[in-house]
Amino acid sequence: MKFLRDTWLIFTRQVQLQIRQPVWIIVGLLQPLFFLLLFGPLLQAMWPGSRADAYQWFIPGLLVQMAMFGSLFAGFGIIAELRAGVIERMRVTPVSRVALLFGRTGRDILTLFVQCLLLVLLAIPFGLNVEVGPLVLMFGMIALIGALCSSVSYGLGLLTRSEDALAPIMNTFSFPLLLTAGILLPLSNKAPGWLQGVGDVNPFSWAADASRELFLGHWNVGVVWQALAILGGLAVIGVIWGAREFARSVR
Amino acid sequence: MIETKALRKSFRGRGKTGTVEAVRGVDLTVADGEIFGFLGPNGAGKTTTLRMLATLLTPDGGDARVAGVDLRRSPGEVRRRIGYVSQGGGVWDESSAREELELQSRIYGHSKAEAKRRAAASIGAFQLDSFADRRAKTYSGGQRRRVDIALGCVHGPQLIFLDEPTTGLDPQSRAHMWEEVRRLRETGMTVFLTTHYLEEADALCDRVAIIDNGQIVIEGTPADLKREIAGDVVTLGLNGSSDKAQSLFTAEPYVRSMESLDGALRLYVEAGAAAIPHILRRLDDEGIALSSIELHRPSLDDVFLAKTGRSLRDEPKAPAAPELATASKGA
Repeated sequence: MKFLRDTWLIFTRQVQLQIRQPVWIIVGLLQPLFFLLLFGPLLQAMWPGSRADAYQWFIPGLLVQMAMFGSLFAGFGIIAELRAGVIERMRVTPVSRVALLFGRTGRDILTLFVQCLLLVLLAIPFGLNVEVGPLVLMFGMIALIGALCSSVSYGLGLLTRSEDALAPIMNTFSFPLLLTAGILLPLSNKAPGWLQGVGDVNPFSWAADASRELFLGHWNVGVVWQALAILGGLAVIGVIWGAREFARSVR
Repeated sequence: MIETKALRKSFRGRGKTGTVEAVRGVDLTVADGEIFGFLGPNGAGKTTTLRMLATLLTPDGGDARVAGVDLRRSPGEVRRRIGYVSQGGGVWDESSAREELELQSRIYGHSKAEAKRRAAASIGAFQLDSFADRRAKTYSGGQRRRVDIALGCVHGPQLIFLDEPTTGLDPQSRAHMWEEVRRLRETGMTVFLTTHYLEEADALCDRVAIIDNGQIVIEGTPADLKREIAGDVVTLGLNGSSDKAQSLFTAEPYVRSMESLDGALRLYVEAGAAAIPHILRRLDDEGIALSSIELHRPSLDDVFLAKTGRSLRDEPKAPAAPELATASKGA
């Protein structure tokens, strides 16, 4: 009870702060917009099928990318808060330690929802086909990606306590994950076998495949449930690790 | 309010340096309703002790009761009963004082209505009215400090820890802060503060303790501590070197000890009024010109110097300290 109440208190404060500093929502949306506007036409030109087909393939993956990148850098925020003394002020209160993490992760997921919804709406004129039922599942998957990536990012932020250390770590991990997820170009036909193998063990490539199925209106197919199960499992592990890191360093 | 026995804490050093014993058996007693000043040079264990008492660090050994609760057994209960204001404070730039006070109060379990009431009461008590609804990024240093302390008190703790509450404030804000701290005591709160300013400890604190090398070297009222250094201090302002004057007084029976400063000589004597005529006569005999002469009671500065061998004001980095000390003695 106390844990839920504390989570809600932290969540509402974090959302309020986010609204007052909306630059982060916009920055988070700009990057996928660049991909949509500056990379989309190139992809479309090379695509064997129609223009709508190209975007129908590309935009679901872009949502997965936005969910990853939007939350992987959340750890920078916790370092700033450590420096501002806010975390220390909370530590001497009886506030639930895990609520400090969950309130922030909740804020990150809400931010992702706003960004993804905007991207979906912007993509409809490009020929993206959307159905409500599968879209709800898609947002469920975005929530799992957000919970996983932001918890890991907070954990790493608390471990390193320095932007200078966190930035290279995040860049080192995020780009291989992105490139082997088959988000920008399909891995399935052209990639050498070993690269496809790497893609098969990248959970985000499962997410991208599932996301495409969902936007085709196929919600009851194997890859969707497999992706949800994989990401759900990883999100639980990530959140537990992040919460332990919070409890350890924010005792 | 606070009672510690043999409180210890060491940190694992980086690389080959081994463990650093930051606090090596601290015994402290802080009575209910007093303003307690905790002094010490940098690296003496002052902050580590404070952070242990405020539940931010877990002690390695020893016992402590804080606000009537066993610190090591139930830190959670200690947290409910204390307030803590760190040196840097901790307010989000985009929030206002009122919002922060309400959130802080709700974190301690108060209802929305109760939190609103408490925030309004704090704003009145700490005179935050003129800026309570502006965002914190617009606050001055003094305003921020007052908000920090209001946040530490909003849940009505029995005991509040203030880590260097006046560091970085201008004299006017500092005077304001002293009044604030005295007002807290009048409401029945016990105040445990650290400070860099000895005149502050002297003017504000009912009792003080000095920590050095992880141990308490002296504890008592400022008056008691000053009495430890019996007698008076005579400071002679000299034109040029104090060497000659110093040699002059080494054999004088009424001089207990001496300290040579830049362009001045400080004599610790039994009775200042009686010693001054002798001192003047000796200087006159040798033809040493005097630019000024001053007689004063020992200050906490003198106590600090006598007990730690260092002055609190200028804190040289640890490795350089011995060299600097010998250099100034030889000069």
